[in-house]
Amino acid sequence: MSALQLSRVSKLYGSGASEVHALIDIDLRVDPGELVAVMGPSGSGKSTLLTIAGSLEEPSGGEVTVGDVPLSRLSRNERAALRRRVIGYVFQDFNLLAGLTAAENVSLPLELDGTSGKAARAAALEALDRLGVSDQADRFPDELSGGERQRVAIARAVVGKRRLLLADEPSGALDSVNGESVMRLVRASCQGGVAGVVVTHDAQLAAWADRVVFLRDGQIVDRTAERDGPESLLETGPTR
Amino acid sequence: MSVRHALLALLSEGPKYGLQLRHEFERRTGEVWPLNVGQVYTTLQRLERDGLVESDDEADTSPQKSFRITAAGADELNGWLRTPPDLSSPPRDELVIKVLVATRVPGVDAHDVIQAHRRHVVQLMQEWTRIKRDAAAEDVNLALVVDAELYRLDSVVRWLDAAQSRLRRSVVDREVPVRSDEPARATRTPAAASVWTSTTGAGDERTAT
Repeated sequence: MSALQLSRVSKLYGSGASEVHALIDIDLRVDPGELVAVMGPSGSGKSTLLTIAGSLEEPSGGEVTVGDVPLSRLSRNERAALRRRVIGYVFQDFNLLAGLTAAENVSLPLELDGTSGKAARAAALEALDRLGVSDQADRFPDELSGGERQRVAIARAVVGKRRLLLADEPSGALDSVNGESVMRLVRASCQGGVAGVVVTHDAQLAAWADRVVFLRDGQIVDRTAERDGPESLLETGPTR
Repeated sequence: MSVRHALLALLSEGPKYGLQLRHEFERRTGEVWPLNVGQVYTTLQRLERDGLVESDDEADTSPQKSFRITAAGADELNGWLRTPPDLSSPPRDELVIKVLVATRVPGVDAHDVIQAHRRHVVQLMQEWTRIKRDAAAEDVNLALVVDAELYRLDSVVRWLDAAQSRLRRSVVDREVPVRSDEPARATRTPAAASVWTSTTGAGDERTAT
């Protein structure tokens, strides 16, 4: 069973002369433990794809299935519960709530879902520990470095029993070494069985994925193929 | 890459013999640059002939023969480290020529050609990234070598992106000179809390981002 399946998903905004086809007949399957990158320029529809995959908005056509649940069969309350329990999001600008500590930011989705405060904090501390920032648990976002804020944001996305991690330009404005750390953490989460989708315009970020799909004008125009293992590069040295 | 200067760099740390130099060269270049042992000894002989390294016994040909750097060798090494390499572009970059030609050949879509090359380069980047991912965290040398390849390939992808945008813009400018090539769009990132609490979903006012 796939973790995420988009079947002929389309999204249309506006009507008449102002009609914009943001997504056209998108087919995409992501399996548990797999990391897929969606690569495209601004305006290609990649953020729209992510918000539809995460049930933040509804497609105009087609079906999104998370696990074995077609989202069209869920009520709005059920979709909100799914977002709290199953789907984790990492945004470009972190989106941490400034008035809450790191641990409170991470435990918030669990508490909103009815988990007791004590259990939610324990889960939050465990997630922060996995991301290497448990010592920052009681600090507020403005007391953290950019790299630490993004680690907290990833902890919030994987806390509890999330099965789908959706990331929109997850390295944000971080420098390249911190950006690489973010992708290592996202990959580590996927190796734990979570399915990941990263949308980005950055080829260096996309290269961390198992598969890359290329989006142009709302359509998937190409995909990377499986190639020989990395050993093939080592035999010949750097290509020049 | 100059094997000659790499050997001088290794000898600047202290005397070493040939096999040791070969082993250390490969380890420090992230083992992506295999070196023939014959190449090591030939290079050492030339360095000794030029007075840049010396050994206790020039006639000794055993594998345990030890070499050390001379003052002239240290000067040569320092000069080489600070001399900029040749970064000029090749006179005919094959990729640039292919894209230029693709815009002129009837029946060929230059955007398809650009995408074919983009896919190939991204696949290469995936393979290099796997090497970095699987390497030990303390293997900084390998990471440096892989980063250099990734940045070089990334610049190719960026050029392909820029080429595609430029070709699109040139078509639009020819057809409707005053129109931008991209539809007006409003960007809105969902607020963190609304992800878990909103039961309404975003409205239809969102546009593609």
